[in-house]
Amino acid sequence: MEAKEIYARTERKFSGKVSGFQGDVVDPNFRVEAQAIVEVCRYLRDDPESNFEVLSDLTGLDLPKENKLQVVYHLYSYSKRHQIVLKVDLPRDNPHVSTMEGVWKVANWLEREVFDLFGVVFEGHSDLRRILLPEDWVGYPLRKDYVEQEEYDGISTQRAPLVEKLLR
Amino acid sequence: MSEAPHNGGEAFHTEDMTISMGPQHPSTHGVLRFIVKTDGEVMSEAIPDVGYLHRSIEKIGEKVTWHGYVPYTDRADYLAAMFTNQAFCMAAEKLAGIEVTRRGEFCRVIACELNRIASHLIAVGTFGQDIGAVTPFLHALRERETINNFMEEICGARLTYNYIRIGGVGYDILPETCARVTEFIDHFEPIVDEYNRLLSYNKIFVERLANVATITREDAFQYNIVGPNLRACGLKWDIRRDIPYSVYPELEFDIPVGAGEKGTLGDCYDRYIVRIREMEESCKILRQCLKMLPKGPAIAKVARKFKPPAGEVYVRVEAPRGDMGFYVVSDGSEYPYRVRIRTGSFTAMSLIDKISRGLMVADLIALIASLDVDAPEIDR
Repeated sequence: MEAKEIYARTERKFSGKVSGFQGDVVDPNFRVEAQAIVEVCRYLRDDPESNFEVLSDLTGLDLPKENKLQVVYHLYSYSKRHQIVLKVDLPRDNPHVSTMEGVWKVANWLEREVFDLFGVVFEGHSDLRRILLPEDWVGYPLRKDYVEQEEYDGISTQRAPLVEKLLR
Repeated sequence: MSEAPHNGGEAFHTEDMTISMGPQHPSTHGVLRFIVKTDGEVMSEAIPDVGYLHRSIEKIGEKVTWHGYVPYTDRADYLAAMFTNQAFCMAAEKLAGIEVTRRGEFCRVIACELNRIASHLIAVGTFGQDIGAVTPFLHALRERETINNFMEEICGARLTYNYIRIGGVGYDILPETCARVTEFIDHFEPIVDEYNRLLSYNKIFVERLANVATITREDAFQYNIVGPNLRACGLKWDIRRDIPYSVYPELEFDIPVGAGEKGTLGDCYDRYIVRIREMEESCKILRQCLKMLPKGPAIAKVARKFKPPAGEVYVRVEAPRGDMGFYVVSDGSEYPYRVRIRTGSFTAMSLIDKISRGLMVADLIALIASLDVDAPEIDR
């Protein structure tokens, strides 16, 4: 099914909660309201016409200029061979969105990664802990304004300038 | 196991034990840890703990130029560096609308398929080693050594290639190398049979793997299992055929799928045998490519100051560990705005918690080996 048609069907079902369809780009995408994302995904998975069996990817995108954090969902259907990209805009200072675990189990780890690196809180998540970084790490590295802490557990994270290193 | 009662009588009772397996366990292929809760040999859960090899490759992508990022992608999956190179370059090309030269495409496919054989050799070799058969590992590494020599001839490096560039490939493949690769395939195809006799149809090996840690198709969809692990569940799905890229549509090859031939569909044995058969298919692809290799430049003209227009793209390539996705966002500047690498090992790891319940500790080793997870690819 064409991306346009997928959007039209979704809009009929969830009018007012989806918007901003972009169809003339490499990967067609549209925006979904944060409150409706789980319902929209469940509908797209279960509707026999769209039948998105897998969540290919779930990731974040930091847009400080527009003061928002985006969570990007890539859905794919093996049987229908089509893809759609959903985006949820969240405020940067308090990003909250419901977990997708109930629809696709893979979201568990993917959401943990987004929480770890972007600081997006997934409400209702069964095990929201850092996954790649240590538990006591400060900050969210993939945010654009991230400043690395100067030391971690007494180990400096700064590299000495080369000359100083040679003089020592 | 003996027939003695596990929990017989009031005075005799067992307790759950929590063991930390890893991060330096020999079967974990890198640095990777499991927190195993077990009662005797049977586990009640095995929780993976990842992140030991996190090198923030995604963040580095925002700090270096488009051309400069290609060598970093090598490090995302060191066993299959060609594929990460190719995926990132394809993303950049799609954003900028660059057409890869025809010879460049063929060089890419030749390099990638050689790399796939090398990666699968490690997968099946260490598989044997992990569950106690050491000899096949040496046989597999012997053949991989030849492929490493080819890689050195093609691009000067044996592990982290930095061969595929935006617009084509870094160096042309010489006719002498082509002749030697053909010679190698002639030699390698009978070796696969030898390997089968040595390991694949070995009764002990088969009985060790059949019916162990079965992954159903529903689980594969729920956890987004990709690549050979997905095909072992019986789904005929290969990005090279189904979302075609490069020159794969012109090439003829089969897609091996699991059939539950020794046990149930989607068990460890199916995941193993799919990889063996994929190596044979890669040989077929290589033969065709070497015959069809056209003349012409190996790389298209690409500006040194590469600035693709703003936009975003998600590309997939069929890497040895499955669908490798690169989600790349450009804001029109010299540096990528965001690079996201989605790998097959990461999602495969998240499934282990579910599948491992009720398995024996020794079968966990077989499960990890059969999924062919690669720690640097999980952690990036």
